[in-house]
Amino acid sequence: MSVGIVVVSHSDRIAVGTVELATQMAPTTRVVAAGGLDDGTLGTSFEKISAAIAVADDGGGAVILCDLGSAILTAETALDFLDDSQRQRVVIADAPIVEGTVAAAVAAETGGSIADVVAAASSASGPAAGEPGEPERDASASAAAIAARVTLVNKDGLHARPAAEFVRLASGFKAEISVNGVDAKSLLRIMSLGLGVGREVTLTAEGPDAASALDALVALVESGFGE
Amino acid sequence: MALTGEWAREWISRSVSVIAENHVELTALDRPIGDGDHGENMNRGFAAVGPKLGDQADATPGDVFKMVAMTLISTVGGAAGPLYGTAYLKAAGAVAGRDDLDGAALVALLTAARDGIVLRGKAAVGEKTMIDAWTPAVDAAALAQAAGRSELEILRAAATAAEAGAIATEPLIARKGRASYLGERAIGHRDPGAQSTALLIRAAADAAAA
Repeated sequence: MSVGIVVVSHSDRIAVGTVELATQMAPTTRVVAAGGLDDGTLGTSFEKISAAIAVADDGGGAVILCDLGSAILTAETALDFLDDSQRQRVVIADAPIVEGTVAAAVAAETGGSIADVVAAASSASGPAAGEPGEPERDASASAAAIAARVTLVNKDGLHARPAAEFVRLASGFKAEISVNGVDAKSLLRIMSLGLGVGREVTLTAEGPDAASALDALVALVESGFGE
Repeated sequence: MALTGEWAREWISRSVSVIAENHVELTALDRPIGDGDHGENMNRGFAAVGPKLGDQADATPGDVFKMVAMTLISTVGGAAGPLYGTAYLKAAGAVAGRDDLDGAALVALLTAARDGIVLRGKAAVGEKTMIDAWTPAVDAAALAQAAGRSELEILRAAATAAEAGAIATEPLIARKGRASYLGERAIGHRDPGAQSTALLIRAAADAAAA
């Protein structure tokens, strides 16, 4: 069992295109499109959403990403009609539909729980992924921050599955952690850095468990993410 | 007529007609402040409801409203589907098992419908939504019922209040839905959902007077 994803859009093409983008990075995750009305025109279909939930949720739960207003209202209505046990494991994420779906799918692909997948989707909100290489925070500004440097040895670098694993591990710590200046708990921001194999990255952490966070993350990067 | 299953069928049958007659106007209201599909969406939903009324010959009011709810949820395709669908579903629940409705049941029905829309859309009075027609209707119905009026008088009071509420959305700034993107530019336009609410509640009163 794993977490599935449902993409609800007014437009069939937005839903299908978003699924295409997400499954490129999460090829074994059930990412299901529920876009437009039955005749292909714009709107949201209760029947399509209900059917998509049935496909996405194999018992491991599903996370729903929506675009505008009635997509959310119709998805909420579809949840009302699920039986009580299924309703416990189907969640609507508050996230931008494209970025949120990609982040959620990668989190699901790496075996994340429903809460992990929702958190990954939510981490995609806020200002877009940021300009690569432009630091969002300056670790040296804080005397309490600690830092470590580590070289990426795996072939994909901090992309897709390795990035998702990194984010999941980082998210387990209370410390504020950054990778080359961007939030280490945001999958999309890390991916926007485009860090490939051979790159040296700077990890900084500040908070009660900063040292153990850096130890764990450095160990993960040095392990090559199992590649 | 008494508020029986026959009244419920008559109400819904009149709703099908009134939405069909007004769908162009509803869409015209939606175009400047929404996505210009409220009339078409409502008409698609109620047109799907019409043929199903024939299967409801022995149905209670609650049965009729449940059928309407499921059909609208499945066919409308815009925000009005889950909003009105939830309204009819909660209304059905409020009068489940009853063969005919007295004034108290009627007020319970209208209140449950309004509360269902609030639950789904999370709108409050004054945000330029269908709630601005529903809540005055519920309040007027409760007042008329407390004053000992007949069911027909309660429905007429509700319909008149809903119509006034719809007109009163014109000067408002929208806080919910796509009209909220427009800010002050929404001023001067009547909310299409409030207008369709007024049409549907008037149809309920007309059905009771038939």
